[in-house]
Amino acid sequence: MQVSERWLREWANPPVTAAELAHKLNLAGLECEAAPLLDERASGVVVGRILSAERHPQADRLQVCSVDVGDGTPRQIVCGAPNARAGLCVPCALPGAKLPGGMEIKDAKLRGVDSSGMLCSAKELALSDKSEGLLELDDSAVPGTPIETYLQLDDGLLTLELTPNRGDCLSVAGLARETAALYGLDVRRPAVSAAAVSIEQTLAVAIDSAADCTAYSGRVITGLNPAARTPDWMREKLRRSGIRSIHPVVDITNYVLIELGQPLHAFDLAKLSGPIRVRRARAGETLKLLNDETIELRDELLIASGETPVALAGVMGGAESGVGAGTTAIFFESAAFTPIAVAGVARRHKLSSDAAYRFERGVDPALHREALERATALTLAICGGQVGPICYAGAERPAVAAIRLRHARLLALLGCEVPVAEVEGLLRRLGIELTAAGTGEWLCTPPSWRFDLAIEQDLIEEVARLHGYENIPVRPYAATLSPAAQSETRRLPTRVKDALVARGWQEAVTYSFVDAKLQARLTPDFVGIPLDNPIAETMGVMRTSLWSGLIGAWLHNHQRQNKRARFFELASTFAENAEGIIETPRLAGLAAGPALDEQWGHAARGVDFYDIKADIEAVCAVFGGEAARFRFEADRHPALHPGRTARLLRDGVEVGVYGELHPVLTRELDLPAAPLLFELDWSLLSQAMVPVARPVSEFPASRRDLAVVIDEAVPAQALIDAVRQAAGPGLSALRLFDVYRGQGLREGSKSVALGLIFQDYSRTLTVEDIDAATARVTSALARDLGAVLRE
Amino acid sequence: MSDPLLELQTQAQADIAASADARALEALRVDLLGKKGRVTELLKSLGAMAPDERKAFGERVNRLRDAVNQALDARGQTLAEAELERKLASETLDVTLPGRGEGVGGLHPISRTIARISRLFNDLGFETVEGPEIEDDFHNFQALNIPESHPARAMQDTFYLKNGSRLLRTHTSPVQVRTMLSRTPPIRIICPGRVYRVDYDRTHSPMFHQVEGLYVAEKVSFADLKYDITTFLSRFFEREVEALFRPSYFPFVEPGADVHIKWDDPEKGPRWLEVMGCGMVHPNVLKAVNIDPERYTGYAFGMGVERMAMLRYGVSDLRDFFQNDVRFLEQFK
Repeated sequence: MQVSERWLREWANPPVTAAELAHKLNLAGLECEAAPLLDERASGVVVGRILSAERHPQADRLQVCSVDVGDGTPRQIVCGAPNARAGLCVPCALPGAKLPGGMEIKDAKLRGVDSSGMLCSAKELALSDKSEGLLELDDSAVPGTPIETYLQLDDGLLTLELTPNRGDCLSVAGLARETAALYGLDVRRPAVSAAAVSIEQTLAVAIDSAADCTAYSGRVITGLNPAARTPDWMREKLRRSGIRSIHPVVDITNYVLIELGQPLHAFDLAKLSGPIRVRRARAGETLKLLNDETIELRDELLIASGETPVALAGVMGGAESGVGAGTTAIFFESAAFTPIAVAGVARRHKLSSDAAYRFERGVDPALHREALERATALTLAICGGQVGPICYAGAERPAVAAIRLRHARLLALLGCEVPVAEVEGLLRRLGIELTAAGTGEWLCTPPSWRFDLAIEQDLIEEVARLHGYENIPVRPYAATLSPAAQSETRRLPTRVKDALVARGWQEAVTYSFVDAKLQARLTPDFVGIPLDNPIAETMGVMRTSLWSGLIGAWLHNHQRQNKRARFFELASTFAENAEGIIETPRLAGLAAGPALDEQWGHAARGVDFYDIKADIEAVCAVFGGEAARFRFEADRHPALHPGRTARLLRDGVEVGVYGELHPVLTRELDLPAAPLLFELDWSLLSQAMVPVARPVSEFPASRRDLAVVIDEAVPAQALIDAVRQAAGPGLSALRLFDVYRGQGLREGSKSVALGLIFQDYSRTLTVEDIDAATARVTSALARDLGAVLRE
Repeated sequence: MSDPLLELQTQAQADIAASADARALEALRVDLLGKKGRVTELLKSLGAMAPDERKAFGERVNRLRDAVNQALDARGQTLAEAELERKLASETLDVTLPGRGEGVGGLHPISRTIARISRLFNDLGFETVEGPEIEDDFHNFQALNIPESHPARAMQDTFYLKNGSRLLRTHTSPVQVRTMLSRTPPIRIICPGRVYRVDYDRTHSPMFHQVEGLYVAEKVSFADLKYDITTFLSRFFEREVEALFRPSYFPFVEPGADVHIKWDDPEKGPRWLEVMGCGMVHPNVLKAVNIDPERYTGYAFGMGVERMAMLRYGVSDLRDFFQNDVRFLEQFK
């Protein structure tokens, strides 16, 4: 909400600058910014009255005007505005005047005719962004009056961003109440008296449900002057709240909205077809709104006249029943719609409405009658007319329950001393009625506009707010704290992240919602959970795998000449099965590009499967225990190369997958290369083991090297398992130090070199011991795996 | 008259000093002190001399031998030093050549910031708790005193899942709800994590991160809240932070506050910046999780991780966090 500073000061005028007032309001929880109305004001502009306007002899679009500027000598001014006409009062910039933006006015000749000054539009005075011809002023404006004085341009603007609980401050009256409370002033509220009723005409009013509308006041006014014009003082105040003048009656409803905070609506009486009923819409009903959009209704709260919907209650009126140029009789509506009846309706129909904004937050339920009388008085003053009696339905004033406030509770919750007298004084300033109810206790009745105050804490906040949050001490406390102990077996993510970072990996953070199409290619076996209202189609489905995000991060960098990628992310993935939604935290990585950054002394080569496998093994090592607990096994994955895919098992349980992206997928996704991808299930991994120490042998170790030729199809893991089993407990370590293929070997076979390291805890092993163990190994390898010892 | 011993000594010392390397020096040693060396021969000749002559000559030959030995040792040491110098010189490396091998990566500034914030609150006795990102209406809204028609729902535009009523959590507060439902006070936790809102422009990301905190116990007051928040902020920014608590509104707290800090913006000058929201836990929230609001009180607070990281590290564009451009990320090693 934006309001004129002068308007506020008419109601409550603290002896401070606008900036100081704004700061005070901020500290009281009303976010407020103060700015001057105009950064730059015109000088030398006065009210002028056009005495005559003749067509320019040389130019069809120009008129030669004679203008009275109050100095007794009419001036000749050439003007191009189509609305220049005899009798009109407009701002007139005299020679020597300076307009905002720096334009200086001088005597000039326009197409051969002398022009002594310039008639101005609102835009030329910086009052508006748009120019709609000359700014027309009231007939009563006195020529020669400086425009700055006439329009009160030395004004400020207060812009408020209020929290949803403070709907009571969305008006000049509300802001004035708060300002007065903060500065200990009285509000100067214009007296509104009941209009004298001069006609009998009424419309019957009925409310279907008090839950939707607690009260409805209406009134017929006839005999309006259709030529009436909204006076400048009202136009300017509305302009300063960002509201354009449309029609005197509409302007009056807007004026009362800003002034008092009560949204009003005016129907053209001639277009209503019967009694007013406040009811819920029936499915299939439609309504053409003032913005000319026709909406389909579901169960919204409506105003119906007879059977016809004529307004979306508390949101927007209907186009058919709105007031217009020919309107001579109206029916004013001033109602107390409940927040629950209006909430969400504007959003559902994508409507922006000052009325809905207020009703959603709450409007003082006791305000409707005063607002109606205020609108009536303004209408009579501006448009004339005859006033009918108030047509009314609903409860006169909803009962407000008293709230118990305990002084001790207040002190305990705030942790500071606020004396009884101060509590009482602060709450009374807000219009809250207090009655003592025992020692240190009150029963408090908030005023009707403070519908946000419902419980004791609300009152405590009011006291704290006015007492000043800054005056509550910062108090170190002595509480007994016992945070839950962290088990040594729990690996925090940082441990694993640090291990990867130390090995050259960069952590990424990518969106949890991804492109459904890409995801379907990467994890066709899982169905991603779609969003109902995604930002974009490419962010339409919750991810089942972190890979699509990492591919995106890789491509972003690849397109910027950074070809080497080592990205990891630890985040949740989402899937749905019969039991419901399952969130699984996963640790995933993507590697592509060179094995190492370009450097001297290392031949450049691309990253390969085993480079990254070592990184995964380093991650496994963080989880402790023996490396043997983790095993890689050849596997298949729909998105990965069938010959380059492994599953990772821990103690026989699958905990992850690793491999190279399938070449077909790489081509179809138009990727620069096939990245290596891994993804581990963090929920299965995060538990490590507590180490159990073994003694270290004091006896020397002996090593025997073997090279065996085996079939390509025999995996290294089978060889390692067979060696370990056959060698027995004397084998303390096993190294696989070479793999050879090619010359001297049969096609389809490979030679694997193994270093067997023997060591015992209790004695030095003899040559015979080691020979025997080695023999067991070679014969087992020959028997089980067809391995031939290579000479 | 010439003295043959003196001549020998002079000659030997000159030869030794002129020897070019260890081998030449060894040859000289053999020539002088070897079994058939010249000095050795002189010593051997002593046996044939008369006793009185032997004594005087013997003393002179011994001195000659000592002088030769000394010269040999000194030259030997000089040659060894020169040899070492040569060897070391030949082994010299260009120490300015770049090191080889794998470099280090880095943590993402968001997780680095979350880890720091968590650690600072852990030090203040808060336990880190996490929870699901897909939530239901009860845990995300209703239990937090945000009923269906509440205008605060418009403050937090929500992503909904297509099937059913589930939603992406708009804040990490549902973790607080879950924790309060499963434990009894005192509860002192922080909840870091990803949150989601339908908002996507220069200053909003549809996914961002929060750390929220909660303390529920007996006799918890607003003054305690101010202590924890100001302590945290000063530790986070590693200076005395001037913090301003301004009344604000969140449905799940009452009284509620925004926390602003005095920030010396290099371009705009000193000003107040909003960094957190906080307040005393609303009794309706405590009731919703079966905690007696008459016996227990509490406070809650929450902050945006991206905002804290932007302030701490001088990041000016929120979108940098989610593009994962290595040139940006590598600054946070």
